[in-house]
Amino acid sequence: MSYPHKKIILDPIVDNNPVILQVLGICSALAVTSKLSTTITMCIALTVVTACSNAAISLVRNHTPSSIRIIVQMTIISSLVIVTDQFIKAYAFTISKDLSVFVGLIITNCIVMGRAEAYAMKHPPLPSFLDGLGNGLGYSALLLVVGIIRELLGSGSLFGYPILPLDRDGGWYVPNGLLLLPPSAFFLIGVIIWVVRSWKPAQVEQPEYKIYHAPRPEVAS
Amino acid sequence: MTDLINLFIKAVFVENLALTFFLGMCTFLAVSKKIGTALGLGIAVVVVQSLTIPINNLIYQFLIRDHALAWAGLPEISLDFLGLITYISVIAAVVQVLEMFLDRYVPSLYNSLGIFLPLITVNCAILGGCLFMVERDYNFSESVTYGVGSGVGWALAIVAMAGVREKLKYSDIPEALQGLGVTFITAGLMALGFMAFSGIQL
Repeated sequence: MSYPHKKIILDPIVDNNPVILQVLGICSALAVTSKLSTTITMCIALTVVTACSNAAISLVRNHTPSSIRIIVQMTIISSLVIVTDQFIKAYAFTISKDLSVFVGLIITNCIVMGRAEAYAMKHPPLPSFLDGLGNGLGYSALLLVVGIIRELLGSGSLFGYPILPLDRDGGWYVPNGLLLLPPSAFFLIGVIIWVVRSWKPAQVEQPEYKIYHAPRPEVAS
Repeated sequence: MTDLINLFIKAVFVENLALTFFLGMCTFLAVSKKIGTALGLGIAVVVVQSLTIPINNLIYQFLIRDHALAWAGLPEISLDFLGLITYISVIAAVVQVLEMFLDRYVPSLYNSLGIFLPLITVNCAILGGCLFMVERDYNFSESVTYGVGSGVGWALAIVAMAGVREKLKYSDIPEALQGLGVTFITAGLMALGFMAFSGIQL
């Protein structure tokens, strides 16, 4: 069996995005996107963990009895997350303070677990690694879009460097405080889903109920 | 005593895990289609949360934190870095026991929860609760209160969300916004509502 490597990486970015379509990994997508520096750290951490854990889980997939597979997966994932967490604490301490518990929460990020269960348990290490990488990038793509919009319009800067001159410093841009508040991430992701699904109608969910348009009664003349 | 009541109210409303910290969102969005299922999951989360947070608190106090091993004659050892892996193992074990219990005694709930029961293990609300407990250094009685309170808060949020969504399915929504999209926007509006609680000082 051969694997189309390029497709495995590129597919999850738009066509099968883990956040938009598979409804995975939303918690951190909302909480860390108010600043671009924390967003990028989170994206890199998650992509590395997903790719490595997929590869590791796929390596042991034939030796794991299915009754204890969840514990095995959790152990592998949490070891990787501990390494990542210690690494971020050592080299980017202020960012790790901003991220607070969310690096630890990568363990319970459904993308990592979901891909391990759905893909890595059934496929060899290399495609699993690429699948993890692709899903990590799909997650990163969405987070970066949300992060850029929130920081640019919410505080007029990117990575902390001012882009739009703020009115309180004599510029013209009045920052929109709503975008710094967590609920705005919900609205942004909702709108992104709207845009992506208008562009790719195959992803649209069918409604459970349709409004019935009654035929207009003919008026007898 | 009043401290504990304040902590409870704070955990349910002011610091609602689902709507102010956005923890457990995956299950929150996926299982909130029917009030019945949402209620079942909410109760399961309350049970798991009020068991795991106190257990993890004991483990943290007596095994993991700095100087915690002094009672064993090893005061200079700190097992801080083992925190995450310990908490998640405790959670996984409790969920496993709960799963066997439900399968034996409440099969209808077991079937309707389906895949989401094992997924409680990876529900960020549970691990997030444990990490907040560690970060804020709660003692044992506080951790019990916080465990129950945060669980109840999460359950309240998901039931409210399911109530809104049950009505929402009769409404005329733009095609591309159908399903997940409009759920996000609803959740955003609910989160805005819950932000009103953040002004309460206890």
